[in-house]
Amino acid sequence: MTSSIQVVDLHKAFGRTTALAGLDLEVETGQIHGFLGPNGSGKSTTIRVLLGLMRADSGTLSLLGGDPWRDAETLHRRLSYVPGDVALWPNLSGGEVIDLLGKLRGGLDEKRRADMLERFDLDPTKKGRTYSKGNRQKVALVAALSSDVELLILDEPTSGLDPLMEAVFRDAVREFRDGGGTVLLSSHILDEVESLCDRVSIIREGRNVETGTLAQLRHLARTTVHAGLERRVTEADLAGLAGVADLVVTDTDLRCTVETARLGALLERLGEYGISTLTSAPPTLEELFLEQYRTPEVAGPR
Amino acid sequence: MTGLSGTIPLLRLAARRDRVLIPVSAVALVFVVAGSAQATVALYPDRAAALAPLRTLLANPALQAVYGPIASESLDSLATFKTILIGAVFLCLLAYVVVRRHTRTEEEEGRLELLGAGAIGRRAPLAAAVLLGTVAVLATALLTAVGAIAVGLDRTGSVALGVAWVVMGLTWVGVTAVAAQLTETARGTAGFALGALALAYLMRALGDVAADDSPLRLLTWLSPLGWGEKVAPYGANRFWLLAVGLLAYAALLVLAFVLQGRRDLGAGILPSRVGPARGDLSSSLGLMVRLARGTLVGWFVAFVVLGAVVGSLAGNVQSFVDSPETADLLRKMGGGAGSIVDTFFATEIHVAAVAAAALGISLVTRMRTEETGGRAETVLATGVPRRRWAGEHVVVGMAATAGLMVCLGVVAGVMDAGRTGDAAASIGRLTGAGLSTLPAVWVCIGVATVLFGLAPRFTGVAWAVLIAFFALGEFGDLLGLPAVVSGLSPFAHLPALPGGEMAVGTAVVLVAVAVGCVALGLAGLRQRDLPAG
Repeated sequence: MTSSIQVVDLHKAFGRTTALAGLDLEVETGQIHGFLGPNGSGKSTTIRVLLGLMRADSGTLSLLGGDPWRDAETLHRRLSYVPGDVALWPNLSGGEVIDLLGKLRGGLDEKRRADMLERFDLDPTKKGRTYSKGNRQKVALVAALSSDVELLILDEPTSGLDPLMEAVFRDAVREFRDGGGTVLLSSHILDEVESLCDRVSIIREGRNVETGTLAQLRHLARTTVHAGLERRVTEADLAGLAGVADLVVTDTDLRCTVETARLGALLERLGEYGISTLTSAPPTLEELFLEQYRTPEVAGPR
Repeated sequence: MTGLSGTIPLLRLAARRDRVLIPVSAVALVFVVAGSAQATVALYPDRAAALAPLRTLLANPALQAVYGPIASESLDSLATFKTILIGAVFLCLLAYVVVRRHTRTEEEEGRLELLGAGAIGRRAPLAAAVLLGTVAVLATALLTAVGAIAVGLDRTGSVALGVAWVVMGLTWVGVTAVAAQLTETARGTAGFALGALALAYLMRALGDVAADDSPLRLLTWLSPLGWGEKVAPYGANRFWLLAVGLLAYAALLVLAFVLQGRRDLGAGILPSRVGPARGDLSSSLGLMVRLARGTLVGWFVAFVVLGAVVGSLAGNVQSFVDSPETADLLRKMGGGAGSIVDTFFATEIHVAAVAAAALGISLVTRMRTEETGGRAETVLATGVPRRRWAGEHVVVGMAATAGLMVCLGVVAGVMDAGRTGDAAASIGRLTGAGLSTLPAVWVCIGVATVLFGLAPRFTGVAWAVLIAFFALGEFGDLLGLPAVVSGLSPFAHLPALPGGEMAVGTAVVLVAVAVGCVALGLAGLRQRDLPAG
């Protein structure tokens, strides 16, 4: 498997503020890679460095096999970028912008342009100043998706889209991936991440905390267990078990959370007491992210 | 009329937001009128001396086209000749700015929606804007009349001057109120209100210069600026024209409120124009030129007009500048060695060069607006290299300023051909003189490029530098500054053409400075971050 994006130990500071402090990121070719993190964690800075709009202080970067700073213009012909807050020229029509951006990139696929305009239900004759936020994003998305490129870099591209358009967006991105394209998708919409992304990187304070498939990430989070037992059990009986927390025991009723990887060990032990009822809830995505975004050492005042 | 509740709080809000703009504009206008009148009166202590230049003025259509006809052969009339119409145009601009700011601009930005959801009548915002504009016009006109009386001008004439300004200013309060209802955008409002002002100015200019028996003379009477002009302060003092002005004001306001009642918030009476579904822009250069198109067209039209005025004035310059002080002043400003006409041309061309430099700076500093607006990254995240993008802005700036100066030279030359009788020579001399200023103009473009490349947050300082260059170059000698100081301005090194000697070495040095600055700026841009929009 080759990588379209490879970032190792990336550092970037603005004056005294550190934006990126040793970030690693690897996006495999032909995959949709989710890029998550709380506000201000450095997602947009990473993307701007990858686009050669900003220069890294240190670290190794490779984008489509080139150096994003040195080879910016040749690399840019092979990618499309959609910012979260799309700014258009007030007196150019959407259609003019789509055609211009297509020509400035690798070229425009006419069939896809027509198809995307129809699917996104976008009127290309309106002037930039008259588009709403969602429609400005559609202009940028249509331009990105109908350009002839191999990599999409999307920075929260759907924050202004309605659910119907969100679905169109997901289909279009999947089609792009299925055609061999690679996508880096920064997003806060967990549902979108879950339905689209092959792999996910979570970053916090300019470092990445986790990378993997969603299944792998889930494995790191905690599962909630509620068991009814045949024999009485005390908290002391379970004291030796690693990874168990939030334990509440009343006679034969037990509630706790456990690291998903250690669920088996817990069930094995509980088996000794005879399990009469058992519900176990895997972590929801939301819990998963909240846990990654918020950890004890950064919970205090900053 | 209903729907007016909340007008007073809105008026207070608007007045607070304009608490600097209106007083400063009003005082500046009063100062210009009273100050220049006083200077003229001081220059001509006795009446007889004043009459000689007056006759020249009266006979000159080019001056009449610009300033309107002189009302009478009195000293008071001479003292206010240049300021009555031009000042009124600025008063109209003030009325337009105030009314537009608090109507369509607010609506377009969505702030009116916020207010409209409160306990504010539907007509209140327009009413408040119109009231504020009206107050601004009346106060300025009153102060100007008082100022004119204070410097010793005729009382009746001074009141007539105030009346003339009220007629013109209030009409533009009404015109802007209507224009704000027509389109969805503040730009569209500007187009209608300023277009109407330009049209009114042009109509009265045509009427004023037409032959006495020509039906074209009626054009002046059809123009609201013509009504003000026909009040003829210090001459006929036709106070009754106030009624015409007030009638137009009232009619326009009724129209504005009726139109407003027929449209939705945020909408215009005219349907918003749509653009093409397909675009033919295919390069960053095409985009840049397309975005600057309106600006460029405006500047070229202005320079054609300027060239025509300058060229046609030349014939009258000899008699116009009969006061030795003025001739000396002109010579100092232009540093000219040639005839008085050449000095006049050199002076005008140098001033035009500073104006052209302003266009050059505005074209280069567009890059900063594009950058902070987040639109530069959209272009630079495609296959457009930074240096090319910036280089194109600089080259367009240099080419456009060169085009302006050539345009000025050619048009002035054509107009001057009537005097010299040799069109080719006139055009050649004046075009050459225009081109000779380019090295200094390009240094200004270079300064803007350096600032944008190395210290983007201070890009706007380029404007301060231009003003400093202008002041040093034009008035440095006049103020008796040492040559080292005034020599900081590239405009101080320009040859006094036509008539003088072309200094090739100096021109080469200036061009080298300009190119060096551009190279430095582009290199800086290549190395720096492009911050998020």
